[in-house]
Amino acid sequence: MTAPMARTTPNDARGLGRRLRLARHPAAVVGLILLAVIVTIALIGPYVAPFSPTAVADLPFATPDMHHWLGTDELGRDVLSRVLNGGQSLLGLSVLATAVAYAIGLPAGLAAGYTRSRTTNSIIMRGVDVLLSFPPPLLLLVVATGANSNIWAMVLAVGLVLAAPLTRIVRAGTLDVAQRAYVEAAVARGEHTGRILRREVLPNILSVIFADVGLRLSYAVLLIASVNFLGVGLQPPSSDWGLMIAENRQGLNLNPWMVIVPAMLVAIITVSINLVADGIARTLGTSIERAR
Amino acid sequence: MTLLDIRGLTVATTFGAPIIEGIDLQIAEREILGLVGESGSGKTTLGLAALGYARPGSSVTTGSIRIGQEAILGRTARDLRRLRGRVVSYVPQDPAAAMNPARRIGDQLADRVAHRPRAERSNLIIRALQRAQLPAEPAFLARFPHQISGGQQQRALIAMAIVAEPSLVVLDEPTTGLDVVTQAALLSELNALHDQIGASLIYVTHDLAAVSTIADSVAVMYAGRIVERGQLREVLSRPRHPYTIGLMESVPDHGRPTKLRGLPGVALGVGQWPVGCPFEPRCRQAQLDCTLAMPNFETIHLDHAVRCFHWRQTPPIAVHEPLRREQLADREAILTVDRLCAVHGRGADQIVAAQYVSLTVRPGECVALVGESGSGKTTIARCIAGLHKPAAGTIVLHGQKLAALAGDRSRKQRQHLQFVFQNPYESLNPRHTVGAILSHAAAMLRNLPESTARNEAARVLDEVRLPASSVKRYPGELSGGERQRVAIARALIADPGVLICDEITSALDVSVQAAVLDLLGNLQAAHGLAMVFITHDLGVVASIADRMLVLNRGVICEQGNVSDLIVRPTDEYTKRLLEAAPRLELAATGIGSTT
Amino acid sequence: MLRFLLRRIAWAIVTLWIVSVIVFAATSVLSGNAARAVLGKNAAPATLHALESELHLDRSVFYQYWYWLSHFVRGDFGHSAASVIGSDTAHNSIITLIAGPAANSAILAVITVIIMIPVSLLMGVLAATRAGGWMDHVTAIVSLTAISLPEFVTGTILVAIFATALSWLPPVSLIGPGQGVLDVPQILVLPILTLLAATVAECVRMVRSSVIEALDSDYVATARLAGLSESRIMFSYALRNALAPSVQVIALNMQWLVGGIVVVETVFSYPGLGRLFVSAVNLRDIPTTQSIALLLAAIYIALNILADLIITFLVPELRLA
Repeated sequence: MTAPMARTTPNDARGLGRRLRLARHPAAVVGLILLAVIVTIALIGPYVAPFSPTAVADLPFATPDMHHWLGTDELGRDVLSRVLNGGQSLLGLSVLATAVAYAIGLPAGLAAGYTRSRTTNSIIMRGVDVLLSFPPPLLLLVVATGANSNIWAMVLAVGLVLAAPLTRIVRAGTLDVAQRAYVEAAVARGEHTGRILRREVLPNILSVIFADVGLRLSYAVLLIASVNFLGVGLQPPSSDWGLMIAENRQGLNLNPWMVIVPAMLVAIITVSINLVADGIARTLGTSIERAR
Repeated sequence: MTLLDIRGLTVATTFGAPIIEGIDLQIAEREILGLVGESGSGKTTLGLAALGYARPGSSVTTGSIRIGQEAILGRTARDLRRLRGRVVSYVPQDPAAAMNPARRIGDQLADRVAHRPRAERSNLIIRALQRAQLPAEPAFLARFPHQISGGQQQRALIAMAIVAEPSLVVLDEPTTGLDVVTQAALLSELNALHDQIGASLIYVTHDLAAVSTIADSVAVMYAGRIVERGQLREVLSRPRHPYTIGLMESVPDHGRPTKLRGLPGVALGVGQWPVGCPFEPRCRQAQLDCTLAMPNFETIHLDHAVRCFHWRQTPPIAVHEPLRREQLADREAILTVDRLCAVHGRGADQIVAAQYVSLTVRPGECVALVGESGSGKTTIARCIAGLHKPAAGTIVLHGQKLAALAGDRSRKQRQHLQFVFQNPYESLNPRHTVGAILSHAAAMLRNLPESTARNEAARVLDEVRLPASSVKRYPGELSGGERQRVAIARALIADPGVLICDEITSALDVSVQAAVLDLLGNLQAAHGLAMVFITHDLGVVASIADRMLVLNRGVICEQGNVSDLIVRPTDEYTKRLLEAAPRLELAATGIGSTT
Repeated sequence: MLRFLLRRIAWAIVTLWIVSVIVFAATSVLSGNAARAVLGKNAAPATLHALESELHLDRSVFYQYWYWLSHFVRGDFGHSAASVIGSDTAHNSIITLIAGPAANSAILAVITVIIMIPVSLLMGVLAATRAGGWMDHVTAIVSLTAISLPEFVTGTILVAIFATALSWLPPVSLIGPGQGVLDVPQILVLPILTLLAATVAECVRMVRSSVIEALDSDYVATARLAGLSESRIMFSYALRNALAPSVQVIALNMQWLVGGIVVVETVFSYPGLGRLFVSAVNLRDIPTTQSIALLLAAIYIALNILADLIITFLVPELRLA
């Protein structure tokens, strides 16, 4: 008859901020530094770029020299200037897509997890199932066909792709919390559903969300970059890194820098976000284990 | 002949904090030792040490253990494996988690006799199954763990522990989580099994009553040390350690309904032990010297030993006055439940949880709903609280018919009817402070302004005997007993007329349970509260309730005054429950039962 | 269990139907005139008209959908809009258009899976049994990196190293006339490596954590206390129970390959279904886009059912429910 005991240690009781001791994970610290570097490049890059990212500056496929530190691309544009200009779009669109994913997935997951109506739950979860029965690149390419590669439609589509698993995660967390006695106590007190979700449920699934947000953002970067690479996102003459790789791949042996530099930058973004996300998951994971 | 010989054993965490310390323990051949202690006392650590095992993050630092001719400590892993299961074996606590879910029962038994010649194996398995009262048939051997009941799972684990014929079996809380009837059956089966196998048993438990029905001798643990050890009869008739007395007085016994006296305070955790006696802060007979040094383990008579400086002053167990019950029949009912029906699930999977259940509660009266798990008692409570929609029937509070769901009831009705949940580890939101939890309930249910609500929070905390500083603390910083007090305070702050308590002590240690029940009794008297008390424990019923209703599969099979029903049950099911209910066997001690 | 399987298949068919509606709506309806999309703004009215009637664009949307779907399920995928221009009727059937590339993609995927499964299981179990050691930490970082990288970045970096810098392998998949991909096996190496990088890393991580979880369980502790041999505990207790979650993640990654080949084939100009799909999208060849999209979605969903089936078979509690 002994009920399962969820013992929590005192240091688990305070806010999430205290529990996120990332400094204990050197890999996460490295990730955070790399991420800061990339964000800085993306933000101030356009102001320090020596040339216009779209103007023809020299002969095509020129190797690096004093004027063009990274050489020129297939149209003779300055690679360094294009690289410095190409980060904002990728990061900005990825953050936007993640925001879209949360704007859809968080309320949908909360609703599906908390509602007692089978219909509501079914509608939301079958919608998720349908979204998950497309391989993500396929769904994005289908949308691109219909939307004529409109970049905002693509961001929305990436947001939808990301929202599907997010809805599942939030729903699972909500289901777990909703059957706790403190939620039932609030129901017995006659609280409004909105207040119960906000005050009783949400604070207790914050750790789930914290562990997820980095992962979601890294998927967003991966998908947005892939969309641009496949030529169905941002269109030339945009200097987006994904697009740069696609455009310049043919001349890889003439001036490798115009491909390798944007490729490394995309790699650093996704790897650094994942390192940080992994660190967060580990700190939360250990405190969740401690709470058991 | 001594079988198990433990000397000077200390198990500590990797940070050096001892979990158990200075343990000396001998067990004779064929002896059954009850190893008793509350959570955190180190009883499981000691039980596992007998198998040469220390949990990850801890290790044996000093001491020696011998079983018969074999030294257990200081062996290689390979060497130790040869002893485990064959010389000493273990029955773990949670049977569902302790069996390989992807392996048939028969294969799991066979794994444990893989060292024996092939020809012997099936005989050993059949004999072990028979001894554990399990069907020794191929069909049963072919089952997976999830296909058998909880009682059978526990018996299967016992069969696995005895199949290789060890000379010592360590059973870790083997009856926890089982219904009283199953538990009683298992205990008598264990007695029979012990006669057949001739091994010694260590019965690790928090349940003194269970120990009193099975053990030859008892060792009581507190804060990592054995504080009292001796023959069962001698220890229970004349306990010499004040903790043993406190523990015995905490055990509710339906045969001797008395007001329970719990131990004040909480047990110390690992790493918090003082220089002196760790029980000193909760001890009724502590003196200055108790804080200065740890008492020795002193033999006082034959093999009766105790770790207390002042054991000579320890008073005998007091015979408490039986409870006097007020006659309340003339009062008008405050809560009436009329022909309530409730179901779970829908369609083909539907389970009937309550059938035409009627009950009335009067102000100042405590009505107990008693039943085993699955009897529907919690569903009935949830229907009254407006958390489960009944299929039929009415609930009337103060003459007003209540809406089915809490959200549709008026604020006044919700305020008047308060609910305390079973598990204090889940009933308080870990992200809010105690102060916020309490004052929000007051503000919400009584329409109080913020400042008044805060004052009320301070008042109810005082009523449940928690310090005023608790308002700033989070539930995670409180012990189980403290949390349950906060949960009670959250109900009290609404100024209710009716309190519904759903198994509120089942997650608590017995000494804490006694203190919570004591508090609840006082609060009820002070506020004239009507209470519906849901429990499976007849001892608890006897110590708190005026009337009781016995539930069997959703049907009330018997009801009446507690004092009558316990002495003269008429229904077969009630009789069976009473028969099975654990009691401290004190008949030989002269303190005896009233029956 | 049979009931579960039948319900699962029924739901898969419904899902696939919804997918077909979405694919059709997104491509045909949203993009407007499919004939104009492929021919461009300056198409001659006569050509445009011919293509419109060829694609049934003169009929209602519902008729077009019904015509497409009813023929699709019978294995008649219709005609490519792009090749209609050439009016070479022998080659404009989508089914002949995709048959070769589909086989090439299958070769790529099957070889990847054949390598992925044993490598994942082996490395995952090794990492789990050496958890906490320096090898484990290195594996953790390397696999996290591999998972993080978009496939086109991994592919590009591999090309830069093995094709451009070292000249060991061809940067793109060039196949002579009359040759199959297996005649020039060196073109398979980099695409397979790219696909493996992401999938194996994730599988290893999951296999590792499920083995660790199983080793950490009560039943393994109980088996140890019962004196069972370590090999019995490892195989019949820990690995046996870690198998279901491991198979699940492997199946998920097989599913992932369906999307992964779309990108990877584009990176290496590998003559498979994925590259054909991307070029159909870029050429606004809507009939081809629709057919390949629905075909890939069907494979994706079928793999999902297969995974569920294997899991159900591996977990007695599910199998005997």
